[in-house]
Amino acid sequence: MLLECLVREGVDCIFGYPGGVTLPLYDALYDHHIRHILVRHEENAAFAAQGHARATGRTGVCCATSGPGATNLVTGLVNALMDSTPIVALTGQVAVKLIGSDAFQEADTFGITRSCTKHNYLVKSLADLPQTLHEAFYVASTGRPGPVLVDLPKDVLQAQARYSPVSAIHLPGYKVFTEGHTGQIRRAAHMMWEAQRPLVYAGGGVILSDAAQALRELVELLEAPAVLTLMGLGALPSFHPNFISMPGMHGSYAANMALSECDLLIALGVRFDDRVTGRLSAFAPHAKVIHVDIDPSEIGKNRNPDLPIVGDTKRVLGRILKVLKELEPAERPPQAAARQAWWSQIRTWQREHPLIPAVSASEIKPQHLVSEIDRLSAGQAIVASDVGQHEMWAAQFIRFNEPRLWICSGGLGSMGFGLPAAIGAQLARPDKLVFAVLGDGGFQMAIPELATVAAHGLPLKIVIVNNGYLGMVRQWQELFFNNRLCAVELESFPDVALLAAAYGLKGRTIEHPSELTDALEEAVREPGPYILNVKVSPFENVYPMVPAGAAISEMVLGPPQPVAVPQ
Amino acid sequence: MLQVISLLVENKPGALMRITGVLSSRGYNIESLTVARTLDPTLSRMTIVVDVDPTLRRHVVKQMNKLVNVLQAADLTESPAVSREMVLIRVRTPISTRTAILKEAEIFNARVVDSSVEGFALEATGDPEKLDEFIDVMRSYGDIEVTRSGLVAVSLEAKKLRLSPPIPTASGTGPQAANNKLME
Repeated sequence: MLLECLVREGVDCIFGYPGGVTLPLYDALYDHHIRHILVRHEENAAFAAQGHARATGRTGVCCATSGPGATNLVTGLVNALMDSTPIVALTGQVAVKLIGSDAFQEADTFGITRSCTKHNYLVKSLADLPQTLHEAFYVASTGRPGPVLVDLPKDVLQAQARYSPVSAIHLPGYKVFTEGHTGQIRRAAHMMWEAQRPLVYAGGGVILSDAAQALRELVELLEAPAVLTLMGLGALPSFHPNFISMPGMHGSYAANMALSECDLLIALGVRFDDRVTGRLSAFAPHAKVIHVDIDPSEIGKNRNPDLPIVGDTKRVLGRILKVLKELEPAERPPQAAARQAWWSQIRTWQREHPLIPAVSASEIKPQHLVSEIDRLSAGQAIVASDVGQHEMWAAQFIRFNEPRLWICSGGLGSMGFGLPAAIGAQLARPDKLVFAVLGDGGFQMAIPELATVAAHGLPLKIVIVNNGYLGMVRQWQELFFNNRLCAVELESFPDVALLAAAYGLKGRTIEHPSELTDALEEAVREPGPYILNVKVSPFENVYPMVPAGAAISEMVLGPPQPVAVPQ
Repeated sequence: MLQVISLLVENKPGALMRITGVLSSRGYNIESLTVARTLDPTLSRMTIVVDVDPTLRRHVVKQMNKLVNVLQAADLTESPAVSREMVLIRVRTPISTRTAILKEAEIFNARVVDSSVEGFALEATGDPEKLDEFIDVMRSYGDIEVTRSGLVAVSLEAKKLRLSPPIPTASGTGPQAANNKLME
């Protein structure tokens, strides 16, 4: 019956790890066409389900047993909550009459995951199961998407009954606002026309609502520049002339200056995250703000907008575009000169401090490595990244021509995310070239999943940006803690060729720039999985950088230069 | 000043935990909380008194509104509303002061709900400040034991309750597919 519900929700793949109380579920899976991918740790089941969901837009499903299985899911659930990724997690639970008795492998999953999920359920009778599962998928995938957990006691899993179709689900308190307020939409369109220095600031919400096409129309119609957040990369093709780059702590000079100088900020599916805004009081100080978001609680959370619109980004943009097209002939000219000046200002910023990958003849610069990946991807490949310096370099230099190619752990920043997410993405998109770009730290958190890669022959290109350090933490220790490096050196990294061979995979380590291009091309040519360990310069830092608490216009553009001390 | 949030919630397991979680995750202490069934037995009315600064309170109420089990959350702090609290006091008293206690009780509109040789049990209703005074007065007569109900409030504005209609699950496709169709 459970599987029947899943089939009706369009599920074709579950990432999971079995255990005592989920045995009945696995017995049903034995001769069922839903594919089960056995991961090597439950946390990675949640991450892989997110990779699957992020690459397809469909709700990912993961499954774990009671007690330790469920508690291992927690990091993955919070990650999905922070990045608004739709997943449904199924967990086993001890039999209903044993709940609360400290039974073997019992944990209060319902209580533990309350704050880790968008919503969660404990199903206490078989009769409630279909209704609950359909609700779970509905809540996970609609509105602002997120993780929903369904805790399933063993006796509920064991009971047999025929699936009887559920005609409707009743969620009277679950409000999803999609259309946006008509008057507000009209006002927004007028503000957009009248602005002299408009800037589109778009994020993950654009990708979640499939609004990429509408976004493109908007920036072209307004001839407005656009910045995309870490979660929004790909929402506008990277080659698009109106795309500036990513803003924020490690955003480009031009993007941060544009934010600081614009007079109208068109915020679409973004949450004014601290990593983007820097010191809030100095963020976009001259701008009126239009904020479009499907989640009312995001409006005014960090920045009070001058014009809030609660609604689905795609629908709201569609309606704004309609109004704009009506206005177009009459109201375009007055701002033309100002717009021209705005663009030339932005082009100047881009020229003054462009993002150019560092290259060296003696050692492989990590920026060089990611820009080579960019060259091979040509905006087409899926790139799943872990968390840290390599993630920022990848976000700066790898270009994406469409949404759902860039998969990272944005809000939570969970190390160990990259590899399992790449597994989920590759399974969802077998046709795609998938890179897992990992740091040497994050890779070691996810090493067990090499077995999953090997078992399914997933042709992932695992690229380890190996600087021998927990690079981002080292960067902060260097810059803000007098270079007192503590517990950041990752000694005893395994020999990757041997490690790969142990799993029956191909792998190799390189450390000289002359080997880089060939090695990457070899990895891509290889029809199966490939692990490429790239030893990069150990002390490279990510720039530009906005120090915590500073305004984003106060970027540090590069490593401190020796300055002449005035006499 | 008392800050009052009034909620209409589905009577479901975990609902209370979700709502209080919005406050406890920010480290806010709840001053008082009352819950009881409404005319519709599937729904409960909840009144929470909590000390949160106004900007954050707006955000907290929005987050409560977002919860699947919450039909409506409203900030009554600055809107017209009537609020009352009840207190039950047991006061031990010698025979000599019994008459005086009854006189005081009358002033506060309190009722005697139990009387014994040991003393009285009194019931009073009013706004919390008035009850504070009543408790102080009773304390001057001897040993007391106090149980307060926590504040209950009712809004004086008719606020339209917007409920989501049932979502049809197209047979064989499930709500997710139906929703995808809706989005196209």
